[in-house]
Amino acid sequence: MSEPSLLTEADRQFTICNACRFCEGICAVFPAMELRTAFEIGDVSYLANLCHDCGACLDACPFSGPHEFAIDIPALMTDARAESYERFAWPRSVWALLTRRGAPLAIFAVGFAFFLLIALATGGGDRLFRTHTGDDAFYSVVPFLWILIPALAGGLYALAVMLIGVSGFARETGAGVRPFRSLALHRRAVSDAVRLEYLKGGGGGCPYPVGDGSGTRRLLHSLVFYGFLSTFASTVAAAIEQDILGIRPPYPVLSVPVILGTIGGIGILAGGFGFLLIARRRVRTRVNAAMLRLNRGFTTLLLASTLTGLLLLVLRATPLMGILLVIHLAVLAALFATFPYGKFVHWMYRYAALVQFRMESDAEPAPQSSDHPGPQPEVLPSPSVPGAVEVSGHESSQP
Amino acid sequence: MTGMKPYDVVVAGGGNAGLCAALSAASEAARVLLVERSPRWRRGGNSRHTRDIRYAHDAGEPWAMTAYPAPAFAEDLRSVSDPGSAPELAGPMIEESRSLPAWMERHGVRWQQPLRGSLALSTNRFFLGGGRALINTYYDTATALGVDVMYAGSVVGLDLAGDGRCRALSVEHEGRRETVETGAVVLASGGLEANRQWLRKTFGEGADNFVIRGTPDNDGSLLLNLLERGAQPVGSPDTFHGIAVDARSPSADGGIVTRVDSIPFGIVVDSTGRRFYDEGEALWPKRYAQWGRLIANRPGQIAYSIMDRQSWGSFIPSCFPPVRAGTVPELASKLGVDATAVSQTVAEFNAAVAPTQPFDHSRLDGNGTTGLTPRKSHWARPIDQAPYYGYPLRPGITFTYAGLAVDSTARVLRTGGEPFGNVFAAGELMAGNILTRGYLAGVGLTIGSVFGRIAGREAARV
Repeated sequence: MSEPSLLTEADRQFTICNACRFCEGICAVFPAMELRTAFEIGDVSYLANLCHDCGACLDACPFSGPHEFAIDIPALMTDARAESYERFAWPRSVWALLTRRGAPLAIFAVGFAFFLLIALATGGGDRLFRTHTGDDAFYSVVPFLWILIPALAGGLYALAVMLIGVSGFARETGAGVRPFRSLALHRRAVSDAVRLEYLKGGGGGCPYPVGDGSGTRRLLHSLVFYGFLSTFASTVAAAIEQDILGIRPPYPVLSVPVILGTIGGIGILAGGFGFLLIARRRVRTRVNAAMLRLNRGFTTLLLASTLTGLLLLVLRATPLMGILLVIHLAVLAALFATFPYGKFVHWMYRYAALVQFRMESDAEPAPQSSDHPGPQPEVLPSPSVPGAVEVSGHESSQP
Repeated sequence: MTGMKPYDVVVAGGGNAGLCAALSAASEAARVLLVERSPRWRRGGNSRHTRDIRYAHDAGEPWAMTAYPAPAFAEDLRSVSDPGSAPELAGPMIEESRSLPAWMERHGVRWQQPLRGSLALSTNRFFLGGGRALINTYYDTATALGVDVMYAGSVVGLDLAGDGRCRALSVEHEGRRETVETGAVVLASGGLEANRQWLRKTFGEGADNFVIRGTPDNDGSLLLNLLERGAQPVGSPDTFHGIAVDARSPSADGGIVTRVDSIPFGIVVDSTGRRFYDEGEALWPKRYAQWGRLIANRPGQIAYSIMDRQSWGSFIPSCFPPVRAGTVPELASKLGVDATAVSQTVAEFNAAVAPTQPFDHSRLDGNGTTGLTPRKSHWARPIDQAPYYGYPLRPGITFTYAGLAVDSTARVLRTGGEPFGNVFAAGELMAGNILTRGYLAGVGLTIGSVFGRIAGREAARV
């Protein structure tokens, strides 16, 4: 869908949602939607990234499917979200390049060639295929600086691109910089994020992959999310041991870095394979090809990183360690390259949306509805108050 | 589908009442068939458009701020409706409503806080995701309990022997008619409001201009069928519950989103461009449903809500954008009404307005017109600031009150007063036993759930 018609369609559907409001309890999107009577592109980007793609609202909607109103919020949000990733990516040309089909494989190939070259240039072929044990075994194959500097450079670049992206997002949605200076808002947004609050379906779970609400998607995502954090913590722990405590790698199996990395790896494997297998059973009304490619690419790279990393751990005292290290580093290079130019960005925009949502949540109450009028403090619904009948005795539409 | 197996209970109608009956019968180990008129995507009838249920309860109840004792519930019912044809059923129904939330939870239902901007009701509970989510949950639970569900099927005839017992019925499905033997039947097929022919006959040719707010499947065919077979009627057939809906609504199934809440904020004119009723007569709930009938009685069954920018933002907009213009005559032209007449009406209205109190739409604010007929008793304020907004309105019919008399076991009664042995009714098609006019938010589901449960249990024990 091109931008103008996506906006028109979003405005049409959100206006109907605002007239209905039955999904209000399911997640944050509908309360946020209700604070608006007109929808500009910034509102659509905000709501689309606040949406966690659970699908519960589609099941609950009497106006979805063949109904004349043709409401389909999940598909609309996915389209808008995919477009927002592209619009805020910097530069857009690099996003287009790195999200094409086969891009992850191409970057892996480049990374493989690079690290192989380094290994051969610094140690030659026989060093590559020799068994290395003892301190700094990995660095005999690929010197430490040749790992550190590309990683740091790549990481800083990725961080810069993502910050550019999220600030563009905050500008477009109208939130601006202000909410991000509030520690209180961050605390609440972090809580919503780490607890995956809006994958709870308001209590009913997501209809995932089909049918009755379940916690499956939240579980799978938690496995990947916390697995990823654990592997990140493992890297930090290794850096501390190596550079601060002066303990040289490789680390024993029962060391902090290895335990964190292994637990994290298992989490990613369980969650990642779960997504790949279960996600295909999800019946979508309309598949956004771009988003599907992003999802698959990211999941595949995460799984490849984990598998090659675990293989490297198991076979690190064998002659295969060298080539496995080169492969693992190449996969990590591909993964890092797609951080700012792939599915990984989703957490950033969604987090920004959560911060904005927390900021907006203390807004004015919504206007009264004829069938359930607003709070009227002078006539409280108490059986002993004669006026109670007036308030609770509704002659109104069938609810 | 040839040679369908016999069932203990057949439930005609897959909305809330029918599902409650099916669940209740299934938990008595009955073999249950539920026949739903709609295709699967539209299953659930008018229950899809509900969002809350009214129930009596004590203090300290989760999800409710205060207690809602049975006498208060009964008083609320009396205040909006004359007693139904069987007032002795209302009390026990209210008592049984206490146990509904727990029962609903056991069958998978989840709750949410009342909708924002609505009174934090202590009388009703809102189910998570609204009516369609409720229906989905019940269908899942029913299937898990072994209930057979037939979509896009119709129960077209009951084989009623002279003794009033039904031993079999005819079901039409995919162009074929099958006979199903059954131990009992529960009728939960809704009212007559989607039967255009009946509407025309009852309310005149103008009924073709009514919008049917809910499912297009409620043709009342089983209701009419039973009445022909000697069932005792309840409820006056020539009244209906209706509200003002946007004239641009689909002819059926527009649901809640087509309602127009703007009426008290401005004026309402008919196709002649003249006002015809006090737009500020009473607080929201009491007046809301009157407008269905009021507009039904206007020429062409059409009217127009007109206001200016001072009112915009004070009410939940309907699903269609308002008609907007820079001047009153321009608005009238866009709405398709005589611009001169409307301009004159607005001018007369503005001249009769002299606000004495601060404008306050959350209560009867006393700002009435003087020397104007019909007057506007409250919330009268000049309509003179561009842009001007308008909504075209039609009567939207929610439900009909005509139905079948039942006893306390939910058995349908014959005109002589004795019950049919194994024919039961629940939901809209027997609501006339409890309500003859008006409505109480959430009580439709109370009636359907209580009598659905009773009907299912009794049908299983026949």
